[in-house]
Amino acid sequence: MSSRNASSACPTRPARIETNPAQDKARGSHMLKQQESRDEMALVLTEEQQLLRDTATQFFQERLPIANLRKLRDTKDATGFDRVAWKEMADLGFAGIMISEKYGGTDFGPVGLGLVLEQAGRTLAASPLVSTVLLCGSAVQLAGNATQRQDILSAIAAGDRVMALAIEEGPHHNPARIATKAVADGNSYRLTGSKTFVLDGHVADQLIVVARTAGEETDRSGITLFLVDPKSEGVKVTRTLMVDSRNAANIEFRNVAIPSSAVLGSVDGGNDVLEQVLDIARIGLSAEMLGIVQQTFDTTLAYLKERKQFGKVIGSFQALQHRMAALFAEIELCRSVVLDALSAIEDRRNDVPQIASIAKARLSEIATLMTNEGLQMHGGMGMTDQFDVGLYMKRARVAAASFGDANFHRERYAALEGY
Amino acid sequence: MEALDTFRQETRAWLEENCPPSMRTPMPEEETVWGGRNAKFPNPDAKLWLDRMAERGWTAPTWPKEYGGGGLTKEENLVLQQELRRIKARPALSSFGLWMLGPALLEFANEEQKKEHLPKIVRGEIRWCQGYSEPGAGSDLAGLQTKCEDKGDHYLVNGQKIWTSYADKADWIFCLVRTDPTTKHDGISFLLFDMMSPGVEVRPITMISGASPFCETFFTDVKVPKKNLVGELNKGWTIAKRLLQHEREMISGMGLGGVGAGGGIGSLEQVAKDYFGEVDGRIASPSLRDHITRQKMDSKAFALTMQRSAEEAKAGQGPGAASSIFKYYGTELNKRRYELLLELMGTKALGWEGDGFDDGEINVTRSWLRSKGNSIEGGTSEVQLNVVSKRVLGLPD
Ligand SMILES: Cc1cc2nc3c(=O)[nH]c(=O)nc-3n(C[C@H](O)[C@H](O)[C@H](O)COP(=O)(O)OP(=O)(O)OC[C@H]3O[C@@H](n4cnc5c(N)ncnc54)[C@H](O)[C@@H]3O)c2cc1C
Ligand SMILES: Cc1cc2nc3c(=O)[nH]c(=O)nc-3n(C[C@H](O)[C@H](O)[C@H](O)COP(=O)(O)OP(=O)(O)OC[C@H]3O[C@@H](n4cnc5c(N)ncnc54)[C@H](O)[C@@H]3O)c2cc1C
Repeated sequence: MSSRNASSACPTRPARIETNPAQDKARGSHMLKQQESRDEMALVLTEEQQLLRDTATQFFQERLPIANLRKLRDTKDATGFDRVAWKEMADLGFAGIMISEKYGGTDFGPVGLGLVLEQAGRTLAASPLVSTVLLCGSAVQLAGNATQRQDILSAIAAGDRVMALAIEEGPHHNPARIATKAVADGNSYRLTGSKTFVLDGHVADQLIVVARTAGEETDRSGITLFLVDPKSEGVKVTRTLMVDSRNAANIEFRNVAIPSSAVLGSVDGGNDVLEQVLDIARIGLSAEMLGIVQQTFDTTLAYLKERKQFGKVIGSFQALQHRMAALFAEIELCRSVVLDALSAIEDRRNDVPQIASIAKARLSEIATLMTNEGLQMHGGMGMTDQFDVGLYMKRARVAAASFGDANFHRERYAALEGY
Repeated sequence: MEALDTFRQETRAWLEENCPPSMRTPMPEEETVWGGRNAKFPNPDAKLWLDRMAERGWTAPTWPKEYGGGGLTKEENLVLQQELRRIKARPALSSFGLWMLGPALLEFANEEQKKEHLPKIVRGEIRWCQGYSEPGAGSDLAGLQTKCEDKGDHYLVNGQKIWTSYADKADWIFCLVRTDPTTKHDGISFLLFDMMSPGVEVRPITMISGASPFCETFFTDVKVPKKNLVGELNKGWTIAKRLLQHEREMISGMGLGGVGAGGGIGSLEQVAKDYFGEVDGRIASPSLRDHITRQKMDSKAFALTMQRSAEEAKAGQGPGAASSIFKYYGTELNKRRYELLLELMGTKALGWEGDGFDDGEINVTRSWLRSKGNSIEGGTSEVQLNVVSKRVLGLPD
């Protein structure tokens, strides 16, 4: 099966059959039970999810292997990802995986997206999945009005629009401190401030900017999300080359005029949506890091079975065996947490913030640990650019720092739990 | 589904009527009901509760009815356990017979042996101990030397076991003995005998926690009837290993704050607030807060992994690779939890006895010390990591 015709293998959800309310009521108790039994098995993949994972595995291995990232890096590619491949991902349904069929999506849900991200993490595939699908797609889905949803969601699902969320203002994730200001000016707003670490910000067709419309720098209320055209007058985009060879940008806004129709969601009430969007991104990034961790583990294990010193393979030394076994245990825990977090979004559980922080903290730490250990166990080879382990380490650090590192999420979890 | 709902309703009603209110309170470790010929009950309700549960076979819910068990399916047992948890019922009976020996007998014993031993385990009439370790055979268990000779109409056992938990209180022992000294694993047999047999001598050993739950056990010319051999002669190692799996599963549960988890002391964050102090509703030390969060996050991740493993088994995917880490991770987690409790409680968790400390505090000190054994008993953490390296990861010797 080639990746091209794999599109038929990307399953969509069975169409919902319309029934009249009376019938629904009669079957009510039965349907409730089905739901219960699904919840009981939230940590095991369904058949269609396994199929999707296999499709994704094959796509990334064949179409976006790690050689693809090396090429983008070595040629100093201006886009920083493969646009043709992105279009293919859209055709496979990956770009519209969280978007309803009404807008051309596959509506496969968060667990599906997590499976795709994990496979993308395994080959370090660079794509706008995080910026456009996880962050901006979710924001529009949650907060957009009918016109915005129609316009943006269908463009995302078709792979025709790259978007970026401009939120960070300093070297640490801190959604509680927003200084960028949007001041009402008649029927429009004037936006001023500077954003940093805007993922895919240098190539985005459209931005979502987090700005303050009221209150003090650290107030929870007074936050508004704006849809901004990066070509508007007063917007200055500077690409930043990151250690993971992915794309980000510093963006400056100087008195940028924004029509009030570009407000996404409610004025001053953007924080709720923002937190939900960030949690989805944190969980999605955790799924990507799971792929990074698993791939680094697998390659290291293979190396230990092949490299010989002292007349035997180094995998026979207990000093290395026990570290690998302990890492294996940590990774099993990582997998359970990621699966639970993904199904928490899917089932709209009210502990999404907590489990998002558990997932992001754990995966950030274990991705750091695993890539450090993986490099060490490769000896001198691990230090070379030719071996992949260093690339995984670089991506792991950027993913760990994105939307809150382990310290941020432990602090947040404690605050959420009230201690 | 519907049958399960009915089962749930019936179970709930039965428990409502039969579980005495005093058995729905947190159980201090010393009130554990172990059964046996000299069974001790903290109060008459505990005996009543055991008798009622045993009557239905619900001390061993999934064992077949013909051997005194409850005959429940896995799904029904899940419901029963949920309902027991719902009313916070104490375990009616705790025993090595239920956790370890019974499941092994169901798989390997002959009909006569099952009929003889299983019902007495279910009813808590006979208490068992485990005769595996010897002074020269700990991690390398298969190196055991306790000699067992065929004397025609009986076996004759000579040798020594050590670390035999509750040997001084147990009625019978399941014992690994050497029946062929010329080979290692293929010369071991699985034997059952009465601790009242002439020639059995037991000396308790005091642990660092002050308790004396384990013993040195000596056998001098102990005569054992031949019908007490389980499985074939020299084929005991297979049974021994299977039984260890049951033991490890039981011990893994500790990572979730189950058995002996500092019972009744409260959540980590509450302990921190009580013993260290709070500022504006938050624990006064950011460092302690961070330690607590790490512990809570890892516990949650571990619990989810146990759950995932159970779901995979239910979905017919067999015991996944995840289960191999439970004994290792669960026990290390439990030890970390006690170290953290010590940090949170300061000198209040460093008392030994007498005035100045309440029972809960002394219990933390003692349980902290006892928890150190978790990563030794039933196969050490290092041995577990060896197993994962070799069996799961395929790394060579
Ligand atoms: C930055 C850098 C500069 C260097 N400069 C020089 C130089 O100027 N001149 C020079 O000659 N060399 C140099 N080296 C080489 C360096 O000495 C070797 O890389 C080092 O000795 C390890 O050997 P190896 O790379 O073959 O790793 P391996 O020996 O293959 O080791 C791989 C992994 O196996 C582990 N391992 C190996 N044996 C055992 C064992 N018995 N028990 C437990 N674990 C084991 C190692 O610790 C490591 O984690 C340099 C290396 C680096 C990274
Ligand atoms: C509280 C408690 C209750 C117990 N109850 C019972 C009981 O009821 N019945 C019973 O039969 N036994 C019981 N035991 C005994 C227990 O099974 C043994 O203690 C255990 O198997 C370890 O054996 P050992 O004590 O001889 O340690 P050793 O085997 O001497 O181990 C010493 C150290 O060396 C390490 N080590 C050993 N081999 C290796 C290796 N190959 N690679 C790396 N490291 C290694 C170990 O991990 C350990 O850290 C109990 C033990 C405890 C602590």
